[in-house]
Amino acid sequence: MRTGTRPRGLVERLLVANSWIVYLFFYAPIFVLIFFSFNDNRNVGVWTKPSLRWYGEMFQNDDVMRSLRNSLIVAAISTVVATIVGTAAALSLERYRYRGQRTFDALLYLPIIIPDVTMAVMMLLFFVQAFDIAAGAFGTRLQLGLGSISLSHIAFNISFVAVVVRARLAQMNTDLEEAAADLYATRWMTFRKVTLPLIMPGVAGGALLALTLSLDDVVVTSFVTGPGATTLPVYVFGLVKLGVSPLINAVSTLMLVASMVLVAASLYFQRRTKTAS
Amino acid sequence: MAGRFVEGSRRVSIDTGPVTPALEHAAEKAARRRGLRLALPGFSYLTFFFALPLVIVFVYSFATRSATGRTLLEGWNLESYRRLANPLVLEIAWRSLWLAVLATVICLVLAYPFSYFIATRGPVLRNVLLVLVMIPFWSNFLVRTYAWRVLLGSDGPVSRLTEFLGLGETRILFTPTAVLIGLVYGFLPFMVLPLYASIERIDWSLVEASRDLYASGWQSFRRVTWPLSRPGVIAGSILVFIPSLGAYVTPEILGGAKTTLLGSYIVTQFLAARNWPFGSAMSFAVMAVMLAATLIYFRSGAKTL
Repeated sequence: MRTGTRPRGLVERLLVANSWIVYLFFYAPIFVLIFFSFNDNRNVGVWTKPSLRWYGEMFQNDDVMRSLRNSLIVAAISTVVATIVGTAAALSLERYRYRGQRTFDALLYLPIIIPDVTMAVMMLLFFVQAFDIAAGAFGTRLQLGLGSISLSHIAFNISFVAVVVRARLAQMNTDLEEAAADLYATRWMTFRKVTLPLIMPGVAGGALLALTLSLDDVVVTSFVTGPGATTLPVYVFGLVKLGVSPLINAVSTLMLVASMVLVAASLYFQRRTKTAS
Repeated sequence: MAGRFVEGSRRVSIDTGPVTPALEHAAEKAARRRGLRLALPGFSYLTFFFALPLVIVFVYSFATRSATGRTLLEGWNLESYRRLANPLVLEIAWRSLWLAVLATVICLVLAYPFSYFIATRGPVLRNVLLVLVMIPFWSNFLVRTYAWRVLLGSDGPVSRLTEFLGLGETRILFTPTAVLIGLVYGFLPFMVLPLYASIERIDWSLVEASRDLYASGWQSFRRVTWPLSRPGVIAGSILVFIPSLGAYVTPEILGGAKTTLLGSYIVTQFLAARNWPFGSAMSFAVMAVMLAATLIYFRSGAKTL
C-alpha cells in the first residue's frame, strides 16, 4: 500500500513540531503525577525525598481497598454480561434480517450518544421509581448499591461491545462459515468452531472496552450508588474535590498502571486480529 | 449482498430434492426467528433499563416539586421547561456551548496536522506513534483531569516555572481557561483516532494527480485531502463536542464557582437543590441538542460512529 505524499521543507518541519507539542501535552501531566506520587512530603508541590510512603498508606487505607474491591466486582459482572449480550446483538444485526431490526439498531446506538449526565439521571429516576413500586407491591425495601451500579453499567456496556464486535463481523469473510455449513456442520458447531474463533479478537476488544468504561465511570455510578457501595473512581472523585493530596497521586498512579496493562492486552488482541485475517 | 452471508437467503436445504418456494419461505422464516432470538436479550435489557428510564425522565420533567423538595407525580405542568429560559440557565447554557465549541476547534487544530503526520509515516514508526496515542485514550479520565489540578495548583510545577521565568505566579486553576485545557486534554484522543482512520484511508494517487495537474500544495490540500478526510473531521468533532457539552467531572475538578456548566448544573438539581422535575427537563433539553448534532452527522453521509 502506498503511504501518503510526505510533505517536505517548512510544512514537514511544522508537522514534526506540532507532533512533539501534542505528545508533550499528552504525557507531561501524566509523568508529573507519577513523579509526585513518590514524593515523601505531605505537601504535593514541595519535593523532599523519594519514598514509597503513600503506596504503603494506600494499601493500608480501608476505604481505598473497599472501593477497589467494589469496582472490581461491578466491572467483572458488567463486563461478562455485556460481552455475551452485546455479541449476540452484534450477530443478530450483522448476520440476520428480521422485523424491528432498525429499531433495535437505533436503541443500541443511543447509550453511546447520550451524555453521561443524562444517563445518570435516567438510571437514578428509574431505580427510585422501581423501588417505590416494589415497596408498594411486595413490601420489600430495596436500596441503591452494587446491584443498581452493575445494572447501569451493563446498560451502557452492551452498546459498546456490540459496536466493536459488529465492526469485526462486517470486515470478516463469510466463506469459512458457508464452507462449514456445506460440510454438514450444525449451526452450533459452525458457531463454536468457525465464527467464534474468527470474531474472538473483536469480542475480546469489546470486553476490554467494557472493562475500562466500567472501571472509569464516575458520573453514572455516583448517581446510583448507595451506602457502602462506593467504587474507586467515585471515592477518588470525592477526595479530589477537596484538593490535591499525595495519597490521591499514589492511587492515580495505580489506576494509570492498570490502564497501561489494558492497552497492552488490547494490542495483543489486535495483533491476533491481523494474523487471523 | 456481495460477500455478505445472510442466513436463509442463500443456503437452503441440502439433502432433499428440488427447492420449492415453500421450502425457501420456511428457511427464511426460520432464519428470521433465529435472528430475533439472538437480539432478544439485548433488546429486552435496553428496553427495560434504558428506554423505560428515558420515558420516566420525560414524565418527571412535567411533574411538580413540593415545598420540601419531594417530586409529586401529579399536577402536570410545563413550569420546568419555562424555567429553561431563566437568565441564569441561559448564561450557563451559553458558557457550556461556547466552551464546547472552543474545545472542539482547538482539538481539531491540534489533531489534524498530528493525525496527518502519523498517517504519512512508515508502517513501523506509525504503529509506535499510534500506541502512544492509545495509552492516554485508555487511561482513566478522572486521573488525567486530576493531573492538571496538580500541574496548575498554586505551588504546582507550572506556577513554579513561570515564577522562575520572572512572570509571576500563574492563577489559571478554577477559571474557564483551566476547564478548557481540561476538556481539550480529556477529549483530544477522541479527535485523533477517527481523523487518523480517515486520513490513513485516503487514496494518495488522487493527491498526486492533483499535483501533476499543477495544483499548488495548498490547493491540493483544500480540494482533495481535506474533502476526503471530512468523515473523520465530522466524527471527531461530534465525539469531542457531545461529551464537552455535558461535561461534569472536568468543571468540577478544574473549575470554580463561576464556571458552572450544564452538566454540573443538572447534577446540582438532583444531588443538592432537589428539584428533580427541573433537572429532568434540563437533561432532556441537553439530550435533544446532542441528538440533533448526531443526526446532522449521520445525514452528512457517515454510516457508523
